[in-house]
Parts: sequence; structure tokens; C-alpha cells
Amino acid sequence: MQVKINGKPEEFQSGTVLDLLKAKNIEPQMVAVEVNDKVLERDDLATTHLNEGDQVEFLFYMGGGR
Amino acid sequence: MEFTEEQINRYSRHILLPEVGGKGQKKIAKSRILLVGAGGLGSPAALYLAAAGVGTIGLIDSDVVDLTNLQRQILHHTPDVGRPKVLSGKEKIQALNPDVSVSMYEERLTAGNAFKIIGDYDVVIDGVDNFPAKFLINDACFFAEKPLIHGGILRFDGRVTTIIPKQSACYRCVFKAPPPPGLVASCQEAGVIGVLAGIIGTIQATEALKLILGVGRPLTGRLLDFDARKTQFREIKVRRNPNCALCGEHPTITELFDDGDPYAGCAARPSA
Repeated sequence: MQVKINGKPEEFQSGTVLDLLKAKNIEPQMVAVEVNDKVLERDDLATTHLNEGDQVEFLFYMGGGR
Repeated sequence: MEFTEEQINRYSRHILLPEVGGKGQKKIAKSRILLVGAGGLGSPAALYLAAAGVGTIGLIDSDVVDLTNLQRQILHHTPDVGRPKVLSGKEKIQALNPDVSVSMYEERLTAGNAFKIIGDYDVVIDGVDNFPAKFLINDACFFAEKPLIHGGILRFDGRVTTIIPKQSACYRCVFKAPPPPGLVASCQEAGVIGVLAGIIGTIQATEALKLILGVGRPLTGRLLDFDARKTQFREIKVRRNPNCALCGEHPTITELFDDGDPYAGCAARPSA
């Protein structure tokens, strides 16, 4: 199936948001995840199943300023 | 308050704008904007806000100018190395526009001093370089009900968003808490393309002026991410989070606190 990750359509077999993070080698503590404009609680990453057409945003911390 | 002929000339390109006019320029002249951090983001914001004729600019920074700052912190010049950033900043602001009054706070923003400082301002601009401080600013602005223009830069990426407490999503609605120390690189560790500070810092200044003027649509409920490699902006919608520990329905953060050591995980920090 296809999901949109940070605005780009990508193929993803199926599974949870945590599966997607693992497939992309992203440490869950490093990102906030939004699915269809809603921020997920960290505990929900493993229980939230993705569906065709879902819009996923990985929001990485960006802490610089000086 | 009446403008002198010289001021009418100085601000003529603003006054010409129907959205600003003499009335708007007076709003700018009466406004008070606080810059937390007089560095990468704070520099361009300070200079443009000074040029715009903001009445009072507050500068908070405990550091002195370091040679490594000059690649992006355009408020400071080579002879300023070793001098307090707030002092160097005040001189540049007033050289550009003597109309502007500058309040200097040569200290770090903490849970102890935040309300006292922030309370005096209309808008707060986040130009700090660490997560504990970003969360502290977010929390302090929420409790003090001050609009906050958040900004962040790293490598070739930048982000900016406007937060109106109790109306739009706050930083904690999206990012619950600072990342574990050492997990996310800082500019000090990972580098940053200097001009990015100019792009994000000037958007922050734009947002601050829009709020002062009441013009247009603020950058609330949206993260504006910029990728300098592709020269591409992307907007990510963010909603208020009912589970937010700060501004949600059952808040667990009910008072200001220092959320971690600002220098934890940093390889080195300039000696202040």
C-alpha cells in the first residue's frame, strides 16, 4: 500500500507506525509522529496501524538557534 | 506620540503600506519584543526589528561573542569577540536605529527569572540553541499568555511556527519533552549553514511584526519547515493536542520548571 511520508508517497507493506519507524531506522525518541494531522502519543506508536493513503509526518527535533 | 519629520522619512516605506500607515508605525514604535538568544536567529531578527522601529527590544544572552559565532551571528562583528553578546547587540541595534530602546539581560532564561522578564513584553522570539530552553520558553509564554515565535535550525534545515497560548498548538502539543541528552545533535556538534539563521530569523521577525500590526494570518497551527538543499518550504498542520501536558485538557505541568540541563549532551560550550 501507499502512504505519504513527509509529503512523499512511499510504499509500505503494512503494519504499525512503530514498524514503519523501524523500517526507516528511526529511533522513536528522536521524532514526533503525526498521522493525518494528529500527533501520536509514544505509547500509541505500536498500536496504530497504517492504512492506504495515510499521511505520516516524522517531525524531527530541531534545536539549534544560535 | 507624534513622529518627527526624520522618523516619517525613516519609516516612509512602511507608512506607504495601507496595512501599516502612520497608525501601524505607531503600534510598532510602542511595541516591546523580547529576543531570547542574541545569536543565529536573534541576530537577523534584532536587526530587522530595529530597522522597523520597534520601541523596545529585549536581549537575553549570557554568552560572550566567540569567533565560531561570526559565520552566522551577524549582530556581532570581528572586534566583538570576547565581548558580551547583549552589549554587542545593543550597540548594533542602536547604530542602525537610535529610536530603539534596548534592554539587556546578561543571563540565561530560567524558571526563576522567566516571568519577571517575559512579563514586560508583547511578543517573545525563541532564538536559543538547546531543548530545555525551548521548552522553558514555551511553558513560560503559555503561563504568561504571551505570543511566541518559535524557531530552530540544524544543518540545512530550519523550522518556524507561531504559538498563541490557549489558542493554537504549543511546542509541547507536538514535542512532549526534550529528547534524551545526546540523542539529537546540536549546531555545535552537527554544523549549520550560516545563512539559514537569516532565513528563519527574518521569518520570526516578520511574524512578530504581523502580530504587533494585526496584519494577515499568523503562522499558527502550522510548522513551516525549510530545506535549504532543495530551497523548499513545507507546511505541516499541527492541532492543539488534548493530551498536551501543558495546554491540554488535563495538564500535568502546572508551574514553570527547568526541563533538563541546557548543556547536557553538548560536546563543549563556549566559556561565558
